[in-house]
Amino acid sequence: MDYALYLGCIAPNRYPGIEASVRGTLEELGVRLHDLRGASCCPAPGVVKSFSKDTWLALAARNISLAEDLMKNLMTICNGCYGTLKEANEILKTNELLKLKANEALSSIGRSVNGSIEIRHITEVLYNEIGLDSIREHVKRKIPLKAAAHYGCHLLKPSELRPWGSTERPRFLDELIELTGATSVPYKDKMMCCGAGGGVRAGAIDVALDMTMEKIDNVLNAGADCIVDVCPFCHLQLDAGQLQLNKKLEAKYNVPVLYYTQLLGASMGFDPLKMGVQQNTVNGLRLFQR
Amino acid sequence: MKLSEVKKDTVYLNRLDNTLPTELEEAGITKIRSCLQCGSCTASCPSGRRTAFRTRLVIRKALLGLKDELLKGEDLWLCTTCYTCYERCPRKIEVTNTIIALRNMAASKGLMLQRHKEASALLLKTGHLVPIDKPSEEKRSSLGLLTAPPTTHSYPDALQEVQTLLRRLEFDTLIGQRGGI
Repeated sequence: MDYALYLGCIAPNRYPGIEASVRGTLEELGVRLHDLRGASCCPAPGVVKSFSKDTWLALAARNISLAEDLMKNLMTICNGCYGTLKEANEILKTNELLKLKANEALSSIGRSVNGSIEIRHITEVLYNEIGLDSIREHVKRKIPLKAAAHYGCHLLKPSELRPWGSTERPRFLDELIELTGATSVPYKDKMMCCGAGGGVRAGAIDVALDMTMEKIDNVLNAGADCIVDVCPFCHLQLDAGQLQLNKKLEAKYNVPVLYYTQLLGASMGFDPLKMGVQQNTVNGLRLFQR
Repeated sequence: MKLSEVKKDTVYLNRLDNTLPTELEEAGITKIRSCLQCGSCTASCPSGRRTAFRTRLVIRKALLGLKDELLKGEDLWLCTTCYTCYERCPRKIEVTNTIIALRNMAASKGLMLQRHKEASALLLKTGHLVPIDKPSEEKRSSLGLLTAPPTTHSYPDALQEVQTLLRRLEFDTLIGQRGGI
């Protein structure tokens, strides 16, 4: 199995442990990852698409064209990048007029886009392509954590272009979590947004943090040891957001946040330190020291 | 406040821009006229739960043609684009996309938040909205990753492509950075 690895911004530039854990676990699971050299911001669906849809589509088309050059399907590790690239790719496949417009813009840099590849989120690759049974064969050590699964919005919604079915009660991330030996605990408003998207983190930080606080309170009330997510932007909001809440409200939030492949990697025998769990704002190392 | 002091909002017909619903339809919001004002969107909105932002009101104002009011209001920027309103709308109205389309109209009139312009300037400068910084470079090295990721951060030609593309689309002008990098 081969994929062009699209890194996005936040994983490589703020949470490199996420990138390290993705590269390590997927290689072990038999997925060959090819770097998308020279990729840019996807660009972010809630921000750049809010300012100029034309710019958003052209820049997304450029990133997609890089994967087309490699003749590989593209794998994203971020819900935001997934939202942008999935929708942009669908536009390129189905809307001749907008595709023409994108290609007109790309011609200024000597590029073109065909709409000939597919866009997948890492959870799609894990759950639908590799499959739970094959992943289970690589699990060497059970991790007895109580985890609060955070799917994040753009992994699931809008539902049309996505393979999941239910946006209200999906199960796939819970199942992926449980194969590591962890328990996925139910919690109030599990499907609620982290608060960061749509430019709200940049534009109205207090509103964003208030959502984060509600989410984390619900996680704590359910007795979870940690949050497990599959989006670096949610990860940033839920992890660094706790420090911001602590400063703002003199609170003492201290819930470790793991990206899914950091949990999976630990169960596959990777050293959590090599997957950067100690580099989070809330040090995640204590989860693995028991 | 006494009930007698409550003032009713009056909508003056001559102040409405009744081309707005058509404009939104042309932007792909095809079902907006079928809104029955049930409020499922507002009830589902995590942002509206803690602010005065009301998605139902956005749709109502859009249908009435209160364009200026919508585009100038900062509430438009409180949506996290979680799409829950859209998923739960009994008429499948593209509520989130309505907000995004209205934001595009606002931005084209220069009505963007300053902080959004600042973040966008980073995209123009580095190819990323969240570019690499020194502490993250150190974190990367300590994990055995390349100090700079194999993105525009490692390929100056690729960054130039992105900048050319953004200027061609006049994104630099849109964010008040015309010609700048």
